[in-house]
Amino acid sequence: MSLMNVIVCVKQIPDPALPGELDPSTNTLKRDGKLILDESDSYGVEMALQLVNTAGEGSVTLVSMAPNDEVSGLRTALAMGAEKAVLVSDPALAGADALTTAKVLAGAVGKAGDYDLIIAGTESSDGYTGTVPEQMAEVLGLPSVGFAKTIAVDGSTVKVDRQTEAGYDEVSCSLPAVVSVTAGVVEPRYPSFKGIMAAKSKPVETVTAADLGVESVSWAQSISSVEDAPAREAGEIIEDDGETFNKIVDFLDNLKVI
Amino acid sequence: MAVNNIWVFSQANGDEATTASLELLTKARSLGGTVTAFVAGVAGGAVAALADHGAAKVYETGDLAGALPGAAVSAAMQAVIDGGDVPDLIMFPQNYEGRDVLSRLSVKLDRTVLTNSTDITVDGDSVTVQTPIFGGSKLVNSTFTGEAPFLAAFRPKSFEAAGGAGAAGELASAPVPDLGSTGGATVTAVHVEETSGPKLDEAAVVVSGGRGLGEADKFDMVETLAKLLKGAPGASRAIVDAGWVPYSYQVGQTGKVVKPTVYIAAGISGATQHMVGMKGAKNIIAINKDKEAPIFGVADLGIVGDVHKVMPALIAALEARG
Repeated sequence: MSLMNVIVCVKQIPDPALPGELDPSTNTLKRDGKLILDESDSYGVEMALQLVNTAGEGSVTLVSMAPNDEVSGLRTALAMGAEKAVLVSDPALAGADALTTAKVLAGAVGKAGDYDLIIAGTESSDGYTGTVPEQMAEVLGLPSVGFAKTIAVDGSTVKVDRQTEAGYDEVSCSLPAVVSVTAGVVEPRYPSFKGIMAAKSKPVETVTAADLGVESVSWAQSISSVEDAPAREAGEIIEDDGETFNKIVDFLDNLKVI
Repeated sequence: MAVNNIWVFSQANGDEATTASLELLTKARSLGGTVTAFVAGVAGGAVAALADHGAAKVYETGDLAGALPGAAVSAAMQAVIDGGDVPDLIMFPQNYEGRDVLSRLSVKLDRTVLTNSTDITVDGDSVTVQTPIFGGSKLVNSTFTGEAPFLAAFRPKSFEAAGGAGAAGELASAPVPDLGSTGGATVTAVHVEETSGPKLDEAAVVVSGGRGLGEADKFDMVETLAKLLKGAPGASRAIVDAGWVPYSYQVGQTGKVVKPTVYIAAGISGATQHMVGMKGAKNIIAINKDKEAPIFGVADLGIVGDVHKVMPALIAALEARG
C-alpha cells in the first residue's frame, strides 16, 4: 500500500446538448443556465479514482472555478467518489482568459492539501482554449505531460502514453506533475445512488480569487465583433429508396474522383 | 509600435519543414515586418524551405533529447527574448507541441493567448484573430489589448503555404537552458500508428464513419470505400472514444483538420466537434438515417437512409465499375 493523492481540475459548463448562445452585451458564452460537469472531465475523475484505488490509500480532491457558486457539476464528480472540492467562485472571473484561469486554479491547488499528481482534461467542451493544464504546471513549477491516453504511477514516477500526430509516445515523468487526459482514457463510472446521497454532504470549500492571492483579474484580449460564417449553399437532400447509391456514384463521377 | 518582428513556431521531420510551419510563415510574411522561424529541435535541411516561405532568420533549439517540447522550447524562446530579440507576435500551429509551448510561454511572459484561430489581421499596432465557434457557424474577432508579444495559435490549413519568398534563413542557435523542476518529462519510446494509403490530412478523398455504423466491425465498410476511392479513412470522436479505431483517425476539433475534394460522412450526425474538422471540404456527401442530423446542413449531397444499406450498394457499384 502506498499513498496517492490526486487533484482533478473540473469545469462546470452549459449542457453541450443545448445550442450555445452568446451574451449580446459581452459576446462571451452564456453560462447563466444550469451547469453540468464537463464530460471531458469525467475521464480525469475516473482515472484519479482508479490511481488512488491502485495505490491503496489516498484521496481525490477537485478544484474548479465558476463565476457563481454553482456546484451541481461538482456534486456529480463527488458522487463518482471524489472526497472534497475547492471552488473558486467569483463574479470578477466571468469571462476570464485561460491564463487567469490557470493562475486561479494553481492558487486553488494550494488550498487542496498535499498532492502527488494533478489531472485535467486536455480542453473544455465549451471554451476549448486547451492551454490551462500546461499553464498551471508552469505557474506551479511542475513538469507536465499532455494528451495522455494511459496513466500509470510507479513509485515517484508517472508513466504516460501521450498521443501524437502519428501514434503515441511513451513518456516518463517525475512526480508531482500535471497530466492532461483525453476523452476515452478510461470509462467513467456512473454515480451510484449511495454515491449521490454521500456527495450531498461532502465538503466544498468556496473561495474568491482574492482569497487565493490572485489580485489582478484582467485579461489582455477583447472580442471586437462576432459575425455569421459564410453559409454553405444548401445541398440536395434525398430519402433513400434503395437506389440513391447511384446519386453518389454520379456525384463522384462529376468530380472526376472515379 | 507596429508589428515588425513576427516569430513562427516551426517544426521539421528530418530535413522537411512541416506543412503547418510553412503555412504560418507564408501568412506571417504577408503581415509585413521581419519573419523568424523558431524551430523546436534541429532545423537541418528544412532551413531552405523555411527561408523560401519567408524566414529571414531561423532559430533552432538543437536536439531536444527526448524532452517534451512544452517546457524545453518555451524556455529556449524566453532566453532569446531576455537576450533582447523581442517579437511583437508569435504564431503557433494548433497541434500538440505548439499548444504546449504556447501555454508555458504565456505564463513565462505573462501574456494572454488566443487559440483555435483561422485568420489574423494586423492594423497598425492592433492584432486581431478570427476564431470559428459553434461548429463554425459564427466567427469571433478577438483583439489583443495588452503589451506584445502577442501569442496566438492557428488551426492547420488556415492558410495556403506558398514559397518564393527568397528570405535569408540566417541560422542561429537557441539552446534549451536548464529546466529545473519543470523538466521532469522524458519520451522513452515512440510508436507510429499510420495507416497505409494517403495520409488523412492530405488525401483528396476522405471517408469517415461515426456512431451510426452501430458496431466496430462495420468500420470495414469505411475502410473499403476509402480504398476504392484512393482516399483515407477517418472517424468521429464518438467512435475513437469508444475504442473502435485509433485516435490518429479522428477528424475534428481535437483531431485532424481535413480539406479534401470529397468528404463522405457515413453515420455521422455532425457534432460541433466534428464539423470544425471537415467543414472546409470542397464537397460533402452525408449518409445518415436521421434527417434532422446537423451534418445535412453542410452536405452538398445528403442521403437520408441506413448506412448499412447505402454503403454496401455504393461499394458494390464502384467495384462493378472496376
